[in-house]
Amino acid sequence: MLDAAWIIPLIPALSFVAILFFGKKMPRQGSEIGIVAIATTFVLSCVAAVQWIQRVNRYEGSHQGLGALGKSLMLSTQEHGAVVKPVVHSITWWQNGAFKFGIGIQIDGLAVMMLFVVTLISLLVHIYSTAYMKGDIRFTYFYAALSLFTASMLILVVAPNTLQLLVGWELVGLCSFMLIGHWWEEGANTNAALKAFLTTRTGDIGLMIGVIITFFAAGTFNIVGINQYALSPGADHTLMVVGASCLLIGIIGKSGQFPLHTWLPDAMAGPTPVSALIHAATMVVAGVYLGARVYGVFWSGFNIGDGGMNPMAVIGAITILIGAALAFVQDDIKKVLAYSTVSQLGYMVMGLGVGSWVGAVFHLFTHAFFKALLFLGAGSVSHSGSHHSFDMKKDMGGLRKYMPITFWTFLIGSAALAGIAPLAGFWSKDEILATAGQGGFELFAIVGLVGAFLTAAYMTRCVYLTFFGEYRGHGQPHESPKAITVPLIVLAVFSVFAGLANAAPLGLEKFGEYVEPKFAFPPVIVPTFDYGLAGASLFIVLSAIGVGVFLWFREEEMHAFKGLTKRNVLARGGYALLVNKYYLDDLYEGVIVAGIKGPIARASYWINQNVIDAVVKGAGLAARAIAGGTYTLDQDVLDAGYDGLARETGASGGLLSRVQTGRLQWYALVSFAAIGVFSLALVIFR
Amino acid sequence: MSWFDDWALTLAVFLPVVGMVILLLIPRAEEGAQKLVALLTTLVTFAVGIGILFRFDYNRAGRLQFGVDKSWIDVINSRYHMGIDGISLPLLILSMFITVLCVIYSWNHFPEPHNPKAFLALILLLEVGMNGTFAAQDLILFFVFFEIVLLPMFFMIGVWGGPNREYASIKFFLFTLFGSALMLLSFLALYFLSDVHTFSIPALSALHGSGIVEGTQTLVFAGMFLGFAIKVPMFPFHTWLPDAHTEAPTVGSVLLAAIMLKLGTYGFIRIALPLLPKGAINWAPWIGGLAVIGIIYGAFCCLAQTDMKRLIAFSSVAHMGFVMLGIATLTDFGINAAIFGMVAHGLITGMLFFVAGSVQHNFHTREIKRLGGLLVQAPKMGWILGFCVMASLGLPGLAGFWGEFPAILSAFQPAPGLSDVVFRVYMVIAAIGTVLAAGYLLWMLQRVAFGTPKSEFEDADIHDVGLAEWIAWTPMLLGIVILGVYPNLLFSLTNPAVEHVSRVFAR
Repeated sequence: MLDAAWIIPLIPALSFVAILFFGKKMPRQGSEIGIVAIATTFVLSCVAAVQWIQRVNRYEGSHQGLGALGKSLMLSTQEHGAVVKPVVHSITWWQNGAFKFGIGIQIDGLAVMMLFVVTLISLLVHIYSTAYMKGDIRFTYFYAALSLFTASMLILVVAPNTLQLLVGWELVGLCSFMLIGHWWEEGANTNAALKAFLTTRTGDIGLMIGVIITFFAAGTFNIVGINQYALSPGADHTLMVVGASCLLIGIIGKSGQFPLHTWLPDAMAGPTPVSALIHAATMVVAGVYLGARVYGVFWSGFNIGDGGMNPMAVIGAITILIGAALAFVQDDIKKVLAYSTVSQLGYMVMGLGVGSWVGAVFHLFTHAFFKALLFLGAGSVSHSGSHHSFDMKKDMGGLRKYMPITFWTFLIGSAALAGIAPLAGFWSKDEILATAGQGGFELFAIVGLVGAFLTAAYMTRCVYLTFFGEYRGHGQPHESPKAITVPLIVLAVFSVFAGLANAAPLGLEKFGEYVEPKFAFPPVIVPTFDYGLAGASLFIVLSAIGVGVFLWFREEEMHAFKGLTKRNVLARGGYALLVNKYYLDDLYEGVIVAGIKGPIARASYWINQNVIDAVVKGAGLAARAIAGGTYTLDQDVLDAGYDGLARETGASGGLLSRVQTGRLQWYALVSFAAIGVFSLALVIFR
Repeated sequence: MSWFDDWALTLAVFLPVVGMVILLLIPRAEEGAQKLVALLTTLVTFAVGIGILFRFDYNRAGRLQFGVDKSWIDVINSRYHMGIDGISLPLLILSMFITVLCVIYSWNHFPEPHNPKAFLALILLLEVGMNGTFAAQDLILFFVFFEIVLLPMFFMIGVWGGPNREYASIKFFLFTLFGSALMLLSFLALYFLSDVHTFSIPALSALHGSGIVEGTQTLVFAGMFLGFAIKVPMFPFHTWLPDAHTEAPTVGSVLLAAIMLKLGTYGFIRIALPLLPKGAINWAPWIGGLAVIGIIYGAFCCLAQTDMKRLIAFSSVAHMGFVMLGIATLTDFGINAAIFGMVAHGLITGMLFFVAGSVQHNFHTREIKRLGGLLVQAPKMGWILGFCVMASLGLPGLAGFWGEFPAILSAFQPAPGLSDVVFRVYMVIAAIGTVLAAGYLLWMLQRVAFGTPKSEFEDADIHDVGLAEWIAWTPMLLGIVILGVYPNLLFSLTNPAVEHVSRVFAR
């Protein structure tokens, strides 16, 4: 399967075509094609994962005695110069000059991990949507787009070179655009779709240039080659710094990092299963995946090994805080989750920035499960509880009584997100923070702890508003059908246990062992499990929940805070800043976009019509005037007897004058006839 | 089959003339027969093209094939010299291909004042000029074909055009004629300056401008530059284009965008660069500069448009900017990208003009403000528009990407002798242009296709994509996908020929 992994993206691609052409004629309107196709890819991905593990094990088996499990083994094998290499295959896709560029697959631990995550969540979302999207006007189209998305994401995941990665990257962006604007009759939805596409595309300027720079630096698009070059002593440091910075801009755009995160909350205009699949679990982590893929460039460009501070860690840290803060002032449950996603993506990017490759990728892995679970849970609430509303304050409340499965799974997801041991989020977050603390990035470890506090608090608020208190909606809330609850349960199981893939104190470090590249990979540090840090983080999370319970569950106590924003200037200012999303949207849409679409575009067009075109018109008019003048002169001069000169100027000027006075047809005919006759004559009488 | 090799290009170029003569002999009332003759003519011509595709030796794509070299105008040693290599072949085939589709589309879309006979005759004449330009290997022959193209397009705009057709057609004609005059002057200069006194393009290319001092090369290049740049059109010589496109009938716009603009860029690659390498090096930074200005400026102008067709016209200015940027790098990388960009732009922008034409046919307006909800009233057309928009903004997996991205890439490392810094700045500007392109295209899509129909068209009788449209459009849509998925089809063809052009700059 490892060598034939190209078939994995191919299946959903074919499924897309099949649904597009035959979907409407099928008894279940194409959804069955999608589900069968994705189920097949899921099985194949699992096979690939198992085979990869066997491959690594086989390797370890043949190197017995070199070291114990995991990291130590990696080090010793590196010393011996023989390591597990990724499976790479490619065929010529295009050529240019002396270069031949390939399309193909690179299968290694990171790739199989992503294959597993993408196909699993895609499969669950496919199943979930049979109920959630039932009766939708564009049901078939929806499934076609899901298939296309899955295919594109898998193309990105298996990419052996940065160019194929770029292709997949843009294609998932297209699918995101299509699915956010799924209900395109509404202007708000299409605005959100455009915003998402254009914002990520702004980041893609960076990606594109980054890909170009790394290509010229390393002389190849191949990911392994780029990493090898970047980590070699002879690497051009300037190019690496610029390249890493440009790629970081791409990551910022795609993975919702500050300051380009503003599209992600708006993207919630799409159907909820889409939010779960694309805008929580898979597409938005494409940026992090890119960072993990060409980690050598960042490592070398940003000197990550030296600790201290670098743009990647800073961007991630800022994003953790600003995302989490915004989650507090949202009334829309999906927006809370969206800002939470922004914040969690911040952890991943910061993780990469502080040298915690395993932590970042591990967090990507666990986050995919619990965030998809939370989104699907929110969808379940709106489907069966709040009458298609996402407003927690107006239409929810008290739903735990009516929707027990949704409630318990949502609670598990929230706990996993908040980082309560031993659920998934705890382990992955801890890995990042521990590495930051031990790798010379203490400040970022602290930011991570603050973020953990905020996360736990806003999720407490979210759970309270949705499931506790009195029901404030107007429907008849009930539990969702099995097609919705079964995916929730599956994801809840993963949210509980996924963290055990890399739980150091329990002696489980399988994730690092199988996923971390052993080849063309920087010497990242392996953090020792820090009980103090883990304990502190757990304490912070629990106290945040305590504060949250105190604030939101016991309303009488809240009176002290009610109206605080009216009484206190500082509180009012802070609140306004949050409600207005730091005014970033106003800056982007009101100033930059409106400026370009309005004054700048109009000015350019004005220049076009009144300056450049005026020159052209002026030349025409001048020619006409000169021609008129010359003609008069010609008559006089001709009379005076200056034959030769006059005929010449008259002929050239006269032509223009005739054209301008509307006798162009005549001229054109004559000139064409002249060319024709002339050529013919020359052919005949040569 | 050797007779075919000898006659293929002559047939490809002059078969349409035969068809045109037959067409003109058919009485005016017999429209069916006229359409049939026109269609058959273009189809047979295209069949010759298919034959060429089969007989072309792809292992020798860098060399001229199907050569014909007969004496023509002995007085000035100008010969009837034709031949194609990997650079001309795709463009020649594109030209034949698009002409067939244009005739099919015209089947039930004849603009006022109708008169299919004259209209179809002009399309055929146009094909003569276009095919001839891509096949000519003699400067005078090239010039003649280059000029033949002007006339039919002039009449097409002037007779079948929109309300402002006279102004637009005269502007188009004079502007391009002005450029060609200077171009001809440069050709003559080359003839007299070279020791061999020939107009043969291969012979002059082999000289690489040796014997002509740098200053003269720069000057002569300027004349060619003007001729070709106006045709492309490059900023700031583009102002004829929006007017011509806005007023031209649909098929005229399609042919203009898909083929005629490429005559200019083709001229750069085939003639200006190889014949005057030193001139090219001196001019390249300026060409690159104008190209990226065109990318940004074209995009800004697009954003200010209220007319769908005019917007697409300005988008051509921006897209041809990418093509010219690729050419200006003087590298094999950039020139390959440019040729790919030319073909891709031909298919994609041609399709956009087709759709805009059908929108106008249905709604009798192209005002973006008045349109909306195309996906509701004509879903298939709406989807096709969306597809073309995505292709046009350079989405990978579709043809547009492979013209755009490699062109940007090539600017990182231009030919020796050109400033890396300058071109890297161009690279960044061009990359910013891709975002603006996404902006204006998606805003157009949003306003035209999304939402719900405006009240004035709620009860309008809107026809979705019809049979003639399907037949005309499907091949183009397939072309966009196929080239996008497997770009090597084109790159492997152009690469050997381009290496001949770029080799002189690589030293």
